[in-house]
Formats: sequence, structure tokens, C-alpha cells
Amino acid sequence: MSRTMAKASLHTAANLLFFTLIGTAMLAVTFELTRETIKESEEKEKMKLIAQIVPPTAYDNDIMNDIGQVAANEMLGSDEETIVHRGRLNGEPAIAVLEAIAPDGYGGKIKLIVAIHKDGKIGGVRVVTHNETPGLGDYIDIAKDRWITVFKGTSLEKSRDRDWKVRKDGGTFDYMAGATITPRAIIKAVHKAAQYFALHRDELFKPVAQDLPVQDTTAENNKAFGKEKTK
Amino acid sequence: MTRQEMKDIIWNGLWKQNAGMVQLLGLCPLLAISNTVVNAVSLGLATTLVMTLSGSAVAAIREVIPNEARIPVYVLLIAVLVTIVQLLMNAYIHSLYLVLGIFIPLIVTNCIVLARAESFASKNGIRASALDGIAMGLGLTAVLAVLGGIREVLGKGTLMSGLDLIFGESAKSIVITVIPDYQGFLIAILPPGAFIALGLLIGLKNWLDLRAEKKVREATIPAAATQAA
Repeated sequence: MSRTMAKASLHTAANLLFFTLIGTAMLAVTFELTRETIKESEEKEKMKLIAQIVPPTAYDNDIMNDIGQVAANEMLGSDEETIVHRGRLNGEPAIAVLEAIAPDGYGGKIKLIVAIHKDGKIGGVRVVTHNETPGLGDYIDIAKDRWITVFKGTSLEKSRDRDWKVRKDGGTFDYMAGATITPRAIIKAVHKAAQYFALHRDELFKPVAQDLPVQDTTAENNKAFGKEKTK
Repeated sequence: MTRQEMKDIIWNGLWKQNAGMVQLLGLCPLLAISNTVVNAVSLGLATTLVMTLSGSAVAAIREVIPNEARIPVYVLLIAVLVTIVQLLMNAYIHSLYLVLGIFIPLIVTNCIVLARAESFASKNGIRASALDGIAMGLGLTAVLAVLGGIREVLGKGTLMSGLDLIFGESAKSIVITVIPDYQGFLIAILPPGAFIALGLLIGLKNWLDLRAEKKVREATIPAAATQAA
């Protein structure tokens, strides 16, 4: 009796294993076949956004592959390492595309990319992902509205600290009636990202990190942080 | 499979046992993604594809799997198929993939897929199961499309917006603005709008069924009455 039961369970287990193997093989094949295309389309998608905020004349290098690591930083709203795309003109630092997160959107985190020229002028801002209310707070998405272009050309010099607010709060930024939490969050995040850039500009443009041992760069970053904080 | 059987399968999927209006399975995508026609139809078609594949796959192996292991195997098969569809969409219709996002993997948890595998495909042949998948999927897609249409017109005043995500920028000209300068009606786009619209649709379907039934009865009763007389 127990013998036949054991046999039956073994048979079942073997069956499951067999189908798991087939399933895994099918997935592996599809994954391999689509991997390149997926990577390409993801890069194209990002490139499309970057091209909107970085003028093509501002750089002459391969901005998609000139990537630096940025340690998690409260000023960027990030809690893990993010990347920065560096644009260079004739080998000189020209423009950086930072990833920033506005943590206090109406629907949670809003992920942004912010392009900042070497002189601190903002090339533009785009929302990468958000969960704002459709039809109300989602005008921050360039597909829905042109609002997000208000940042183009602003800088820390042009707008003083108290200007980095929506008009309703005494600042200089327009917003749309009905949804002020969303633009507030974004303005704050862009302001902070601009400040971060001003503090860490030279670090951000450091040559590709691959040449340096990974640990060294993080140690340097941490040192830089410490300095910033004590200032 | 006789002609009548085929007819029954198709009629069941599209109307009589409609996944969205009668079985009420697969409400997750119904509520979440039916805010525009394009989103709704896209997810509906992706589900149809998965159901067709999973139906025929389950039917093909139904005699090999031991009875007690069948549900895990079905789930495994469905998960594999959904992941394959997801990878293919990510690779070849990337912008639509970005819109449908997390709802594609959620097809795995859509009860209608497993329900059809268990209640139909495990008892029928490959061709009948594939047809059942197509019919059930299209029935669901139709409900999604109607819901999406209602919610899009009421919520945004347009129809077919977002078509450019699938067919490129040129498709933007196909977008129909039903109500010009529309201010929008938020509740139609949010989940409550989906509940309300779905409720009305189910009500309409039941009303149509009752009316059809009544007509049949009225047609037969007088006949019976005259016979009795």
C-alpha cells in the first residue's frame, strides 16, 4: 500500500519536474531571442526622453554610454545608487542628465530625469514614471501637457530659493488648478537636484568609473559627502 | 467537433457564459485597464492569446498529467506562456508594453485563464480548447472594449486615444474627439467608474436575456393554449 503511494508521489514529482524543465527551457529560449531587442527599445525610450532635454549641439560624445554612478543621496531623493549620463563637448564636461526622485507626489514617488548644463542652467526635466491621478495630476507627463517645460532655462542664480515654489505659495512657477501637491513635489525635487549638481559638479563629470577600483570611488564619494555636510 | 459544438463554444464565450458579464472572472484587468479603448482591447487581445495557447497546451497534455498534480502544472504552463507574451510585447511593441505595464504579468492571476483550463481544456480536445480560448478571450475583449469606450468618452471626451502607442505617431490622426473642449469627468477614469459601468452593462445584458426569454415564452404559451383549447 505505502509502496504504491510512494510510487505515485514519485510519479507526480517526476511529472512536475518534467514540465518545469520544459517551461524553463521555453522561457530561456524566448528570453535569449528577445533580449537584444528589449535592451535596444529600452535604450531608445530613454534616449528619446534625453534628446528632449539635451540639445544635440551641447555634446559630441556618446552620451548614452558615458555613464557615472551616483551614490544614494537625500538631495536626489534616491535610496539606492543611480546613474548619471554625461555629455561632453570636445572632451570638456558640458551637460549632465541626473536621475532624481520626488518622494512626496500625490500618488507616491515621481521619478524624474533632470538635464543640467555645466554652468548650472537647467536644460529640462522629464517625468519617467509617476502614479498621479489621471486627468488631474498627470499633466506633469510630457505626453499629456507641456507644463514640465517650465524648468527649461532656469537655474539657481536665476531663481532664488524662495522662488522655487508654485505661484500660490509665493514662488514663480505656474501650476494647474486642482492639483498643487504634484507640482510642489516636482519643483522641490528639481531645486534639490540643481543644488546637488552645484555641490558635486566635478565629481559627476569624473571619467568613467571602470578605470578605478569600485571601492575607491565609493569611498571618495562618501568623503565628499562628509565634507558637504560639515560645511 | 461538430458544427453545433463549435457554435455552442463560440456562443458560450461571446455571450452566454461571457467571462466579464456572467462568470465575472478576471475583474482585475476589467477594472484597472479599461479606461481607454486602446488599453482595454490591447490587454483583452493579450489575454485571448494566452488563453488560446494555454487551452491548447492543457488539452494536449491532459492525458499525461496525473490528476493530483494538474493544477500546479496548469499554473506553471500559464505562467510560462504569459511570460513569453510579456517578453515578446516588451521586445516588439515596447511603448504599449510601457502602458499596460504590470497588468501583463497579472494575466497569470486572472482566474478566467485557469478556470477555462480546469473546466474546459482538461476535458476536451486541442482544437475545441483552442476555440474555447479564442471565444472566451474575445468575449472578454468585447466587454473590455465597451467598458473602455464608455469610460473614455465620459472621462476624457475622446475615443481611440493612445493608438499612436501601437502604430506610431501617424495614428494620432485617428483619435476621435467626441466632445470638443471637454473638461473631463474624473470618476469615469478611476476604478469606481469601472464598477458602475460594468454594473450597468451586466444589467443591460440581463434585461436583454429576460426580454428574449419572455418573447420565446409568449410565442410558445399562446400556441400551447390554443392547442389545449
